This record gives sequence, structure tokens and C-alpha cells, in this order.
Amino acid sequence: MQQYGVVIVGGGHGGAQAAIALRQQGYSGSIALVGRETCPPYERPPLSKEYLAREKDFDRLLIRKDELWHEKQIELILGEEVVAVDPSARSVTTANGRVLRYEHLIWSAGGAARRLTCTGAELAGVHSVRNRADVDRIMAERDAGARRVVVIGGGYIGLEAAAVLRKMDCDVIVLEALDRVLARVTGEYLSRFIENEHRAHNVDLRLDTRVDCLEGAHGKVTGVRLAGGEIVLCDIVIAGIGITPTVAPLAEAGAMISNGVEVDSSCRTSLPGIYAVGDCAAHHNAFATGALVRIESVQNAHDMAVTVARAICGTPTPYEAVPWFWSNQYDLKLQTVGLLHGYDDAVIRGNSSRRSFSVIYLRQGKVVALDCVNSVKDYVQGRHMVSGNHVFSPSELADESIPLKSLLIR
Amino acid sequence: MGQVFVTTREGAEVAIPLSEGITLMEAIRDAGIDELLALCGGCCSCATCHVHVDPAFAGRVPPMSEDEDDLLESSDSRDATSRLSCQIPLGAHLDGMAVRIAGEH
Repeated sequence: MQQYGVVIVGGGHGGAQAAIALRQQGYSGSIALVGRETCPPYERPPLSKEYLAREKDFDRLLIRKDELWHEKQIELILGEEVVAVDPSARSVTTANGRVLRYEHLIWSAGGAARRLTCTGAELAGVHSVRNRADVDRIMAERDAGARRVVVIGGGYIGLEAAAVLRKMDCDVIVLEALDRVLARVTGEYLSRFIENEHRAHNVDLRLDTRVDCLEGAHGKVTGVRLAGGEIVLCDIVIAGIGITPTVAPLAEAGAMISNGVEVDSSCRTSLPGIYAVGDCAAHHNAFATGALVRIESVQNAHDMAVTVARAICGTPTPYEAVPWFWSNQYDLKLQTVGLLHGYDDAVIRGNSSRRSFSVIYLRQGKVVALDCVNSVKDYVQGRHMVSGNHVFSPSELADESIPLKSLLIR
Repeated sequence: MGQVFVTTREGAEVAIPLSEGITLMEAIRDAGIDELLALCGGCCSCATCHVHVDPAFAGRVPPMSEDEDDLLESSDSRDATSRLSCQIPLGAHLDGMAVRIAGEH
């Protein structure tokens, strides 16, 4: 049995940043970071972008070089999965039977890509885009001649992968069960714009389309049978249908769980000495009028990790960072600031035919979020709008000749 | 291999190796200087890798894109020497360049 000051479970952005932030804030106890993957922590957003496109080598995605973890006295325990938490003994147990005792536990295990449940889901050639190995498998099949790709799910991951694979000259079909893409994360105007962009790049994008099962031969996927009976032939299926937060060991230990593990404003769970950050942590977010939300973004993982480090180092500050997010598809730079929670109006600023515009979401006249497409100026200036309490005139917000920042000054 | 000299927020000067094929942001990160957050990983979507570049090298770094210019506007510490370090690919022509990590927002 090994004893640590802090044990961090999960080697994603949240776990890595928690370890770094603890050292930055002068934490001198021992730190162990347990990761399921065998490689040191790396950036995940490029998996569906530059890494899939082979524009960046894996080494360039490393959050820190291997030796730096050692230098900062952060012990990486890789290729191990924590399967049990004992809050009274303050210990975790891995699948290999290793027991680690902690004074503070930071749960940053993220989530597992949701798997298809239909017949054929286990066939070779069916992939998620969640970790390096997933993308390496997709690329190996592409190198071996796979060209026809079906993406199931029109969320950010699926659409980003579709954009990259089109650029690599694959035939891409995107199947979305709902009546628009990105329905869970954005408004209709942006959904329709993104749909048109993909269609303009010859993606066969089908809405309201449900999958019946996957067809295969010799253990390998050969097609997708749609609910209507049609079979679309393919070599690769990518399922981009969201994640399930990885919280089972915490649930078994008695933590308060709803959509993820619930945390307070210092990212403490309901169990003593146990914090949670990132994709798996449900928290009351001021930018969602205090609603309990779970946010899957680098910003959220990073800022929650800093919040926990402060709490452990005795200088707690509540988690209230402005949410922001980005996505790149083709030559589109999409940046979102704020949360699209409970908005009652959406103002279009700029022109989608020029492929540069923003959608400004309002609740009772106050700006709650902006989706900015090739419009960095609005993104930068709009950041200040979402944290304020101003009431804005929709017609002024829509007028591109008025810089957003000038509306703030008044 | 040449060097780049990085001044941290606390005022320490650190010589880091000038590795070709990566950006200044990556070189600073790989040298273990943690105060440069670089949250978006270098795709010019945030402004958390802001540095001030020695004016003597202003003519040797690539010109600033409109996106970079707009992102830098978000920083209170922006001045004429401001750049996003993810937008500066390293090469032998930048040997000896001095940069200073910008203050937090």
C-alpha cells in the first residue's frame, strides 16, 4: 500500500492541470496521478482535428513532456484504472489490485464514449473518438484503404471528424437522429448553418435518421441499416453519441450522483476529502442561473482543477469562471462564450452567407452566450457581456456597424 | 540548437532550447514553465499564451493575423510587443530572441 498527499484519478486535462496547479500553488505533499491510458496526459480536442488530420504528431499533444512530471515530483501511474473508492479508509483500489491511500482525492475520470447498443456494435471497424488509441485505429484502417465512413451522431466530435475525413477524400455520411445537428449544444440558426457547410463539402448529412443495426461480414462492419430498411455501405463507422460520466466507484462509495457526481462551489463531492472536476462533475453554474450542469470542455476541466488546488492549499475561491469553448470544421472557427441555458431570444449579428457572424443569446434582454463563427472580435468583446448584468437592445446587438464593446461602455 | 530567453512573471530569466518544427508556445510549455496556460493547444482560439517579444525581433516573427490581433484585444496587458506565442513557429532566425510572459488578464 502506498500513501500520498493527493491522489488524482484520471489523466485528462482536469487531472493534469490539478497536479500542475497544486505544485504552482506550493503544495509540497506527494502527488500520484492514475491514468487508464499508458501515455502521459495529452490534449484531447486535437483528436478529432489536427491529430486525426495528421497535422500534429502525438508528441506535440503532450500536456507536459514525460520528464517534467518527474521533475515536479508528480508520480504518473499509467495503464491502471481505479475501480473502488473507500472514503473511510481514504484509499482507492485499481483493477490490478493496487491500493493507494490519500489525504485528498481528486476525481477527474471524465467519461467513456457512449457505445452503440444495436446489433453489430461489436464489429471491427466501429469506433469512438475519445482517446488516442481510437484515432490510431481509425487512421490505420484508412491507411489500409477504408474510404467510406458513416458518422453516427451530429455532435461536435462527429462533425469535426467528418470535416477532417472529407478533407482526406473519404466519402462521409452523417446520420443524426434528431431534426438538426448540435441540437443539445446550440440554437437552430447555427445548426442549419453547420448543416449547409457540411453539405457544401459533399457530406451526405441525413437528419431524423435512426439506425436499426450494423451489417457485417467476417467480423467487420460493411454497412449501416437504417430504420427505414435502407442499407448504407461503409468501411468505417464512427459513433459520436456522447459520453457517460465515469463515476461508478464514487456512486458505490455513496457519493451524491445525478448527471455526474455532484460538487459544491469548491468542487467538493458529498464524500469527505474527495473532490471532482471536469466532464464528470455536476455543479451549480452561475452562467446557467445556478442550475446543476455538467460541462464537457477544456475550460471547465482546467478551471475546476485550479479551484480544487486552491481549496487543498487552503485558499479556496468559488468556481465561477466564464465558460468558453471552440470547434474547428473546414475553415470555420467557431467560438462559444457563456452557456446557452434558458435563453428566450437569439439575435443574428452579421451574415451567414459571408461565413462570418455571431448568434447572441439573450434572457430577458441580458446576454447569456454568444456563438461566434469566424468572428473573433465578437467573441472577445462578447465575453464581457455574458458576465455583466446589462440589458441590451436586440437591434443594436444585430447591427454589425456598432462594435459590441461600444455597447458595453454605455 | 539555439536558445530563446524567457522572462517569467516573477522576473526570472530562463534560457530554453530553440527547437525547430514547434511553436514558441510549445517550447515554453516543454521547458516546464507552467504559467503559460495555452489552453486551446495552439489553434489561435484563446489568448492564454500571450507574450511580449523583444522589439529587435519584431521583423523576424511572422506578421499577425486578424484573429490573433482580435484575441490579444482581450488582454489588459496588451502593448505593441504583444504576440500569441502559438503563432510563432521557431527557426534558426529566432536564435537569441527574448520574450516575456504577459501578465494575467
